[in-house]
Formats: sequence, C-alpha cells, structure tokens
Amino acid sequence: MGKERTAVIGVGQTKYASTRGDVSMAGLLREAAQRALDTAHKTWSDIDAVVMGKAPDFFEGVMMPEIYLAEALGCVGKPIMRVHTAGSVGGSTACVAASMVQSRVHSTVLTIAWEKQSESNAMWALSLPQPFTTSVNAGAGGYFSPIMRRYMAMSDAPELIGCLVAFKDRQHALKNPYAHLHQHDLTFEQVVESPMLWDPIRYSETCPSSDGACAMVLTDEAGGDAHDGPVAWVSGTAMRSESNSYGGRNMVSPAASEQCADDVFAQAGIHDRRAEIDAVEMYVPFSWYEPMWLESLGFADKGKGWQLVESGATALDGGDLPVNPSGGVLSSNAIGASGMIRFAEAALQVMGEAGEHQVDGARTAFGHAYGGGAQYFAMWIVAKDK
Amino acid sequence: MKDVAIVSFAQRQEAQISNESEVEMMIPLMEQAKEAVGLSQRDMGFTCSGSSDFLAGQAFSFVMTIDGTGPVPPISESHVEQDGAWALYEAWVKLQCEDIDTAFVYSYGKSSPGSLRDVLATQMDPYYVAPLWPDAYAIEGLAARMLLDSGKVSEQQLAEIASRSRLNAATNPHAVRNEKKSVEEILAEPYLADPLRPSDIGAIADGGAAMVLATGDRARSLCERPVWIRGIDHRSDAHTLGVRDLTSAMSATIAAEKSGVGADRIDLAELAAPFTTSEAVLTEALGLGDGVSVNPSGGALAANTMMAAGLIRFGEIFERIARGDGDRGVAHATSGRCLQQNLVAVLEGE
Amino acid sequence: MPEEVLQAPLVLEYPFTGTTGPVVGRFLTGLREGVVLGVRRSDGTVMCPPLEYDPADASPLEEMVELPQSGEVVSWSWGGPRREQQPFDQPVAWALIQLDGADTPMLHAVLVDGPEQMSTGMRVQIKWRDEREGHITDICGFVPESDETGPKTASKTSTTVDLDSVEAVQSVRTPIRLNYSYTPGRALSEYLYAMKDKRIIGDRCGDTGQVFVPPRGVSPVAGKATIETVDLPDVGYVESFNITRVPIATRPDLEPPYCSAWIVLDGASVGFMGLVINCEPESVRLGMRVRAVWKPDEELEVSATNILGWEPTGEADEVIADIERIGRVGPQQKRGSAS
Repeated sequence: MGKERTAVIGVGQTKYASTRGDVSMAGLLREAAQRALDTAHKTWSDIDAVVMGKAPDFFEGVMMPEIYLAEALGCVGKPIMRVHTAGSVGGSTACVAASMVQSRVHSTVLTIAWEKQSESNAMWALSLPQPFTTSVNAGAGGYFSPIMRRYMAMSDAPELIGCLVAFKDRQHALKNPYAHLHQHDLTFEQVVESPMLWDPIRYSETCPSSDGACAMVLTDEAGGDAHDGPVAWVSGTAMRSESNSYGGRNMVSPAASEQCADDVFAQAGIHDRRAEIDAVEMYVPFSWYEPMWLESLGFADKGKGWQLVESGATALDGGDLPVNPSGGVLSSNAIGASGMIRFAEAALQVMGEAGEHQVDGARTAFGHAYGGGAQYFAMWIVAKDK
Repeated sequence: MKDVAIVSFAQRQEAQISNESEVEMMIPLMEQAKEAVGLSQRDMGFTCSGSSDFLAGQAFSFVMTIDGTGPVPPISESHVEQDGAWALYEAWVKLQCEDIDTAFVYSYGKSSPGSLRDVLATQMDPYYVAPLWPDAYAIEGLAARMLLDSGKVSEQQLAEIASRSRLNAATNPHAVRNEKKSVEEILAEPYLADPLRPSDIGAIADGGAAMVLATGDRARSLCERPVWIRGIDHRSDAHTLGVRDLTSAMSATIAAEKSGVGADRIDLAELAAPFTTSEAVLTEALGLGDGVSVNPSGGALAANTMMAAGLIRFGEIFERIARGDGDRGVAHATSGRCLQQNLVAVLEGE
Repeated sequence: MPEEVLQAPLVLEYPFTGTTGPVVGRFLTGLREGVVLGVRRSDGTVMCPPLEYDPADASPLEEMVELPQSGEVVSWSWGGPRREQQPFDQPVAWALIQLDGADTPMLHAVLVDGPEQMSTGMRVQIKWRDEREGHITDICGFVPESDETGPKTASKTSTTVDLDSVEAVQSVRTPIRLNYSYTPGRALSEYLYAMKDKRIIGDRCGDTGQVFVPPRGVSPVAGKATIETVDLPDVGYVESFNITRVPIATRPDLEPPYCSAWIVLDGASVGFMGLVINCEPESVRLGMRVRAVWKPDEELEVSATNILGWEPTGEADEVIADIERIGRVGPQQKRGSAS
C-alpha cells in the first residue's frame, strides 16, 4: 500500500506588510487559516490536526507559541505540531502536514506558517549576543553575499543579472494583491542605482521584513475527488539537510539542494525539469539566488542559470519557465511563512486560482524553500491532474 | 499501518551539564544509539529532532546540533520545537508513508543556563499572562490546589507519589533526585509553591536522548526484542487555564483512547509528569489501574529534562520491555502548563 | 584539556511590542479607563479576560460586556519570594479569580502578605494602578474585598466611561529580559584560551583528517567527536567577501564600509568569517592572502575579539581551483601558486 494521494483543497494568505498593526498574533494566523478553510469549503470541526511552522521564537518573544495558539487554531481536543527547520520551515511544515495525510494518519489537515516580525527586529533575533566573540558580519545579507560573489565569479554572469531578477519579481508582485511590496513606479534604473548594502547586493536586491501567515488545507484522495472546486494534487515532497561547514562543501549549489531536487522530481516522474514544470516558486531572498537555484535544481546547466534570467525565460510575461510569479520572497518575507507561501503559490497555479499572476495553463508547479546557512531544503511538486 | 518498533535508546540526564555545548553533549548519545544496532547515519531513512531555542538562550541551536548526526552526505531530516516525543511521532508518520525502514530520533534540553521557572512564563498568553511573569511552579500550584480542593487526591497521596518516585529513582543511574524519603519526611517539607512541596516538583535536569526506530523484519534483525509502537496519538487542550478543568486532562484522555491504552492489560507506564499532581491527574486520565507500575524509573519527578523528558519515557519503557520487565507499557509526553498538550503511546514486546 | 570550560553571563533582553487586534485591544483600553470587560461566548456565558476565539468551537468572539470589579478566588498558590521580572513590589499570591458576572476565572495576583491570608472562595477586588496605559499590569493586583484600599479601588461596575470615545489601545509592551549562563563548550573554550596566547587551534576528524576552525568538538563529516586539536598558522586566504555598507548594531566601533570575508587558514578544511582590514575594501580579491592582526599583547584576553581582523600579506593570490566550493576537501592540500 503506497502513499495516500494528497490534495490541496484550500489556500489562504494574509496581506503581507511590514507591520500588521490591526491584528493580534492569533488574529494574523486566523486571517490566513479562515481563508484556507473557506476555499476548502471546510469548517474548523472538519480539521483533524494542525501542523504549524515558524522560524525562531525570539522573533515574537513567545516560547513555543503553538501552545498559546491552541484556541485560535481550533486545536482544543485535537493534535497540533510545531515544525522549525530555520528558513525552510514553511516548506518543511507543508511536507510534514502532507505526510500526515499520505500516511493515512489523518484525513484532513490544516497547515499554517507565519511570522510577525514587527514585534521585534530580525537582525536582533537572528544574531543574539554571544559572549567571548563579536559580530563580524551584518545579518543574513552579510552571510550570503560572499556566496553570491562566488557564483558571479564562477559563472562570469553580467553584473546586473541580480537587478533583473529583483525588478522582475517586483513587477510580478504588482499582480499579487497579498504581496508586501507594491512598487508601481519602480524602474530598472532605480534598482541598479539603489545603494549597495552588502556589495555585490544592492538594497533593491534584498527582501523586505514582513508580518504574515499562509495556510493550506490538505486532504486525502476521497476528499480531493469530492471537493467542489479546484484541487492541487501533491505529486512529490522532499526534505534534505546538511552541515553548514565541512571541507569541500559546495555553498553555491549545496549537495542537500541537489539531492532534495533529485528526490522530489523522481517522485513526480519528471525527467525534463525545464520542459515539464510550468511554474516555479522558489525561495529567493537575495536576487542572485534565482540563477543559483535554477542551476542547483536542474532547470539550467551549471553556470548558465543567469542566461535564463537574461533571456526573460523566468518572467511571467512571455517566459517559458516563470519563476516567482507571486513576486517571491523579494516582495514579501514573513520568514517562517515564506517557504509555505512558495508551496501555496505553486498550488494556486495548478488550481488556476493565481488571479492576475496566473501562468496560463499551468498543470505542474514546483515549490521550494531553504534555510540555515543554505543547508535545510524542502520542496514539493503539485499537479492539476491526479 | 506498518509495525514500527524502538530498537535502541541512549540517554543522559544530570542536574547540570555546564561543560559541554549541546552538540558535545549529544554526540556520545547519538553514537551509542546507532552503534547498539550497528547502524550509521547513512542507514537512516529519516531523522527528526526536538529542542527549544528559548531554553538555552540561543536561536537556531538545532543547526549546530545536527552536525552530531554526521549529515554529510545530506540526510532526510526535520526538527520540531517540541519534546522529542513529537519528533518520534513525526518519524513514525514518515515510516508509515515512505519507502524506508529505519529512523533516527533525538532531542535535548539544557535548562540550567537559565531559570526554567521564569523562562516558561514566556510560553503563556503574551497579552494577559506573560507580562505578569508568573513562575511555572506557582501556576502548577493553582492546578494542585484545585485538585486537592476537589478531594480527588490528598497531600498524603501526593507525598506517596513523591516518595515512590524517589524509591524507584534509587536504582536509576540517570535520576537526578534519588535519595529516599518517607511520606512523613515529605509532608514535613515546607511548601515551595504552596500547596506544592519541593518533592512534588520535578528535579530540573540537563540532558538528552537518542533513539533508533525500525519497521517489521528490519526491527527484528536489529535487536532481540524490538518494542513495538502499537498506538500513538497526541492532543492539545486549551491554553487558557480558566477555561479548562485543571483537575483532569481531557487531551490525555483522548490520546489514551486513540492509542488503545484500554484495549489490554498494561504492565508499566512512564509518565512525563513534572509534578506529583500531574502524575495523579494522568493516572486517572489514562485509566491506569492498580496493577500498573507507574514511573518505575522515578519518572520526570526524578529528572525533568525539558524537551527530552517525553522521549526518555519511551526509552525507559523500551529498555524494560526489551529485557523482559513487562510486555505492554504506556509512554507519555506533555507540553505547556498544567498538562495542556499530551502524547500517549502503547508499547509492546513480541 | 587543562583549563576550565568557560562560562559567562548572557542577558537576552528585548522590548517586544505586540499589536492587539480589536478584542484584546478593547479589553486593554477598558483597563486603562478603569473598566473590566468580558466577552460573550456562543453559549451565552461570559469569559474574562476575553479570548478572541471560543475554546469550544474556534468561532470568533466579539460581544464585549462590562463586568463588576470584584469576584471570588477559585484557586490560589503562593510562589514564595518575588521573582526578578515580576511587576510587583512584594511576593504575591497567584490566583484564578472569577469576577462576578463572568463564567471563567482570570489569572492575576492577590496582594497579601502571606499564604495564611489566602483561601479558596475568598472575595477579592481589583486594585488599580494610578498611571494606566492599557496593559494587564494596569491592575496592580487584587486585594481582599474587606480591605481598606483607598479611592483607586472601585467596588462596583463603573459605567461612566464611553470606550468608543477614547483612543483605542492597539499595541502593548511585552518586554523580555532573561538571564542565562552561557558556555561555549569544551572545544570552543580551548580555542578561546589559545587566543590569549595568539594561537589559533582547530580540531581534526579522525575518519577524514578534515580540520575545523573554530573547533566544535564534532566532525559533521563523520558524525563523531573530533580526535585531536591542531595548531594552525594565522595566515590564509580570502575565500569570498562582501563590502558591507550597513552597520552592525552590536559593533558601534565598526564604521561602514567594511569588508566581511570568509577566511580559510592554511591547513584548515573550512572557512570562517572575519573582517579584512588595513586596506581599501575595494582592493579585496577572491584568493587574496591575509594574516591575522592581533590586539596589542597587553590587551589580549580569552576571547575571539583578540583578532581585530585580517590584513593582506602581499603574497601572490591563492588559486581557488573549485570556486563553487567553500573550504578544502582535504587538510593537506598545498597552496596554489602562492609564493
């Protein structure tokens, strides 16, 4: 007896914003969860279990907040789990939730991932003080920018590829009402001229800091068949982790990334990744990660990912492999939710529910998240057909 | 459902482990659990761990600890910010749906760097309760008073639980509190968090645990007497203390029903009860009768290692059944104040 | 392992602010105005303090009702000496207090001198703080109803305030301050002690020979404890870098722009982050050879801060053979074309 076929029947997101001052922590989650339930045509009593994910508890200062959120998430008398795998957590959470259905342990599961970053400061929460040492780099940009520099050196990519990615994703975000950044008047020149923060990374090539939550309702085959509305069938899920520091580690294309991708594409029976995937939602918090992940995930040959960007292949308008039609992490980054947003947006594409940022005729879509020192990976593939 | 068994276990608990980083603390346990069944990390189909950033005061502490597994080449892995019993649950689910036959589970917590009774205040409702910084013992005291007032249990009975824990712990090398004390001596202790006495409160410990799970024939090939997980379930209650009955544990009762505790005779039970009052409530909630040996290790009263106390309960049952001290046991884990969240499993030898 | 493992105090402190949403905000607005509100549940009962969602069926709750300011102790405990973070001047009793007109109790403190003054079922009333801001601590605590408690204690429902006409509370301070004792562990302690003698040590994997610096006591490649420490030279090369133009909150001494770089020491298998100094950031290159710049001898301490940064040696650049990879595969590789 193989895995139970699993369907996404509901997706809900909050509006992402630097401060969602109008809601409590619970209210933020409920906004996404209720929308997911509504599109799934489910009520709270239909949910068998909740699988929640978020990044470090220090972001909001509430230890293991799933405990406090039990009432708001309808978990009185029900199971609730809390996943935490660093930045990939939103994706991992969806994978864990899917396994609850795939294993036939539960029929219908609500999964939700979130962050309310406005309650503190990400730079603080991500680099707590440590005695006997001192900080020598500034936040995630300080950590990842040298890796992007390595990629630029190895690929001989033109200097402005990153700016192309950033401008493209911000244009995509204009078509997504939930996106945090809606920069209607932004020009490519402004991206190029924005200040260098972590040379080679400009301000406009980095992600914002957002409040937000994203939720999905997953159900079994019978539930998916019976659902009166669009469905996304989960055709592969995978998670991989590795150490962030060992000799000979490929930082640009970590082994965990490549192996996770091999696993998930094999599960979905996909051989020609570029040809068979219609929409990609990948975790690109800094612009250059788009070409880097395109290569690592096998959508492009090594050293050639930037050519896909430059050719416009990854643009929603006219590209054959649209990447982050939602605007991506570069346009909305509620850290713990960011991975699940990728997974959920992939589902929306094959459900045909992506609205203005819909990829025409999308039948198979790919969702991706990474975290830690580019060492935690979660991926899934969803399809219109069972 | 596939048959999944525990095939090896390693633990360490001490009042304070101050000389080692978390990964240094965990490496020997990880190695020991794998070596006991002759497996390496490469043999593991899935790995899952549990820990909490707030305990040690470090964000992403699990990112450092994963190195102890040897995640090169990469591993299929996940982490829960919960007790390791929930990591075990996730691994059990994975074993059900993936084409794998082994899994590695570990969890750990060091409470000694901070003050657990204060740190746990940050788990409470952030608007109404956490800003008052109620300490964790005083909160349990509220439930304890209700339990005593209800007549379900007496201070004498709580002292008997404490005394038995100490007696049982005397033969447990991992127990932190293992000096014997009579019921009279315990009742003579001054209250620490009235109506709780020092012996009513679990001895806070640092430590961790590691475990290997395997399915079917693979499990049988790895150890002489695998201990099968016959049923496992977990449930939450409301967080708000005022809206639930603190003299019972509704979520534990449901989890016990779902995992099949009442389906057959139970020989022994290990309950992650951080207080004597929790043990009293759980014994009733799980329907454990007089013939059940409850907390033969001394339980979480003898050593309460946050984030691992639940996983260690599984290990204690495993070791006993594996060596023939009983055939069918119950393992329990909890999270939150006053038994808000509970996980229950029925374990059985062949 | 001659020296003691290091320990140091660590304070985690942050002035968190939480936004409240309408229900919690309304309750806190009420507190500021000296009014206590509950919320009506779908079964008609009243819950105080008001939750936003019904524990029974997760339905949203919004109908707020004003409650009297006295009630009954449903349960209580006495926690002993006051704890540092608690917003009280004295040790307090903790209690679940069911206000008259409410069907569920709330958790708060009762301000009495000792447990002998507490009993289940006793009547208590709110003692308000003089300066109120819309926070749960606007209630100083509860006091026995019979007490002489002065004019700030209301004994019955106050209906003089129209909560719609006052500014609503929308956010709340939830500062956290926790004290920890930090230990870097055995391997890092040894590394930090060596720093005092201007030595850099790493540790070696018994299976693969890889050398990790700073040492962590574990080989991630083998999944085993490392077997020995090794001394490394304080020279190496820049594996990659950035030029950062944003300040680091904890480093007011560091003026942007500065160069953060991955440094690979000769003989090490992995890189670690450091600052490249004593040169223009724009002159830093992949493969540039650097050496440690130490603090003056008299300022050396047991700390990684002894290395101020890394400066160019002037040697020929390292040839980085496999540019995607960080660090070296084996420990014994010779330097590229460096002179």
